[in-house]
Amino acid sequence: MIDAMFGTNFADGAQRIISFQSRSPVFDIIAERMPQTLWVVGMSYVVGVLIALPIGIISAYKQYSIFDQIGTLISMIGFSVPTFFTGVLLIVIFSTMVPLDSIFWLPSIYDTTHEVTDWESFKFQMRQMAMPVFVLALFNAAQISRYMRASMLDNLGQDYVRTARAKGMTEKIVVLKHVLRNSMIPVITVIALGVPQVFGGAIITEQVFKVNGLGQLLITAIQGSDIPMVMTLTFMFAILIVLFNLIADVLYGVLDPRIRYD
Amino acid sequence: MTIKTALMGAVASLAFAPMAFADGHEGERGRDGELRIIYWQAVSILNPYLSSGTKDIDASALVIEPLGRYDSSGNPVPYLATEIPTVANGGVSEDLTSITWTLQEGLVWSDGTPVTSRDVQFTWEYCTAEGGGCAQAAKFEGVTSVDIVDDLTVTVNFDGPTPNPYQPFMGGQSPIIQAAQFADCLGPRAPECTDANFAPIGTGPFVVTDFRVNDVVSFAANENYRVASQPAFATVVFKGGGDATAAGRAVMETGEFDYAWNMQLAPDVIAGMAEGGVGSPVSAFGALVERIEVNLTDPSPDLDEGIRSTAEAPHPFLTDPAVREAMSIAIDRELLVEIGYGQAGRPTCNLVPAPAIYASDNTGCLTQDIDRANALLDEAGYMDTDGDGVREMADGTPLSILYQTSTNAVRQDFQALIKEWWSEIGIETELRNIDAGVFFGGDPGSPDTFQRFYADVEMYANVFDGTDPQSYLGAYLCDKAPRPDTQWQGENINRFCDPAYDALWQELTSTGDLDERGRIGAALNDMLTKDSNVIIPLVDRGRVSAHANSLGGIELNVWDSELWNIAGWHRISE
Repeated sequence: MIDAMFGTNFADGAQRIISFQSRSPVFDIIAERMPQTLWVVGMSYVVGVLIALPIGIISAYKQYSIFDQIGTLISMIGFSVPTFFTGVLLIVIFSTMVPLDSIFWLPSIYDTTHEVTDWESFKFQMRQMAMPVFVLALFNAAQISRYMRASMLDNLGQDYVRTARAKGMTEKIVVLKHVLRNSMIPVITVIALGVPQVFGGAIITEQVFKVNGLGQLLITAIQGSDIPMVMTLTFMFAILIVLFNLIADVLYGVLDPRIRYD
Repeated sequence: MTIKTALMGAVASLAFAPMAFADGHEGERGRDGELRIIYWQAVSILNPYLSSGTKDIDASALVIEPLGRYDSSGNPVPYLATEIPTVANGGVSEDLTSITWTLQEGLVWSDGTPVTSRDVQFTWEYCTAEGGGCAQAAKFEGVTSVDIVDDLTVTVNFDGPTPNPYQPFMGGQSPIIQAAQFADCLGPRAPECTDANFAPIGTGPFVVTDFRVNDVVSFAANENYRVASQPAFATVVFKGGGDATAAGRAVMETGEFDYAWNMQLAPDVIAGMAEGGVGSPVSAFGALVERIEVNLTDPSPDLDEGIRSTAEAPHPFLTDPAVREAMSIAIDRELLVEIGYGQAGRPTCNLVPAPAIYASDNTGCLTQDIDRANALLDEAGYMDTDGDGVREMADGTPLSILYQTSTNAVRQDFQALIKEWWSEIGIETELRNIDAGVFFGGDPGSPDTFQRFYADVEMYANVFDGTDPQSYLGAYLCDKAPRPDTQWQGENINRFCDPAYDALWQELTSTGDLDERGRIGAALNDMLTKDSNVIIPLVDRGRVSAHANSLGGIELNVWDSELWNIAGWHRISE
């Protein structure tokens, strides 16, 4: 398997893994699907993290404030409402109820052949990505912000925080430098371990918006008993999970000087 | 109300499409821009010889074409051939063992090279090559050789008399491929020709510009297409994936796509979408008929095994044609369609409701008539003597029957309704449903299979492959009855036996002329349905697709690819 994988990557003309369904090399198809998945699922992960971190920090710092309550509510919604529901809900609102010529109208079906060449096509790309990215970002943000909040709360009560304040440091430095850096360690693990899922694609969301990426590829391969395709994809995911575990471990060292791997 | 509105809309659009076709379809090639098609099953390959998936066959129909296709009524029409060969025009030999096709003059592939009889012969070699695993091998069954007569003429020889010689090179499943392109792809090497399988060179209205496995196929108009004014569309985007609901929404509600295939949805869901106003559903009907089969033998558990449900024990009252006729006309088929299938069904009294040439003009059962049903039973002497609401035979046996079918929500609704109607004519019905895996499983040891038929009546749907019902009608010959010495296998599950039927069917097997075949087929159909009611047909189940209101030229076809006439599709200016 490994030989075959390296063979497909480097040696042109060598033995290739052929998909049962399409009778074509598996890696050609994966390479074709990768951009959609990275654009949509990857972007939603970045957006999700960017939303989650500030919400988590502020929620913890101002525990039980209105902001915290609202943040908790939204993350509970994001956490408990499945993406196939939010996805269809958004389609009904933005594709069906909003008139076609309105600027708020968004396409319900993702055009994978679209190429970004100029400002207009970039705007179109943003529009067609808006709904799937939002749906997935809500889900990701809900998860990460809860971790961030819990971790911040743990650290805010620690002795070193009191010491830092006693030294006369500003709240900004105390929270953003001392507490945040310490609280990030468990959160980084969660974020890093979530990255392989980006490559796995969001199977359900990809189906709802017809973003034919890796997730859709995996599900059709399973339905079609396309064993070479399923094996290749799952093997790739396995490698990615191991790889990002390693990256998370290395990042600990960067964030916390006490952790050293000699 | 909404279903009615939707139905009327569909009828209106069906009537409107050919009109628009007549006045608005002339013009230069590519005048109507982009056509967007969505199939909720994505296309995996564009070579129908390597895939039996409908989605793959339909997508390849844009590019590669057969010698002839079937139109929406199931009649053969020439595509690459000059005409459909028949016995009358000399194309089919008198002994029905060979068929000779003539290609149109001046045909070219999309790369500009001429189409010759060698390409036709090569297509046969390609599909029958050793180790190729051709998905359409059944199309070439019985073909002993394909001989080139000259550049444009080719003869297909069969191993015996073949009254239906329109299997090879007819229909979307066996199009002609280019010999030059596939020359190195014979046998085990077939799957390796990825480029050819993803972008075959064809004679059809479009050529492949981009193929993404299980996602999108992009097509552009074929500059060498044989009709100068076609296709009307310059490009086609063929998107796959998602589900039927989303595809229907994209066509009928948001208008993002022009055509969606196979709307397998509940009738009220389709009607709701059609209210979106951008698109409409369109239906077409084949020969898939939901029917009640009547057991002419006695399934009573009091009888010994081996006698029960065999010709040795005739049924006490279902052998009486009057009872069967009363049961048939007591059913309101319109209501069944409305509840169970909506757009995707229509009432029928025929076992073979299509293709048109085989369909009998048999409409007597369409109107429910409880009074006449009661009168029929009265006349035949079945009276309710003890006042319990159930009629009895002269010897006191009540008209009480067991009605079985497979487990399926629509079928159980049908059972409940029909039980009610039969109770109104004094027939008591006990209902039973059996898991489909067991019911259709064919296990000779199981008492619950549809062949074993340990019930008085049973309901299921069945259809024949292709456009010729010969073998389907052949199922009702005397010797096809399931019985212990055939391990309960056989298709004549009614245990119907009529020497006149057997004789007429024999005549069908030796008749080559299509019109004559149609006449005999319809007569056989009538013997089973109208004349004897041994089979009580209920619903002709069809297929529903959806198209944008601005798209014209669509003629939904169940006998060939749905996209069979895509060259003529065009925009209707609103």
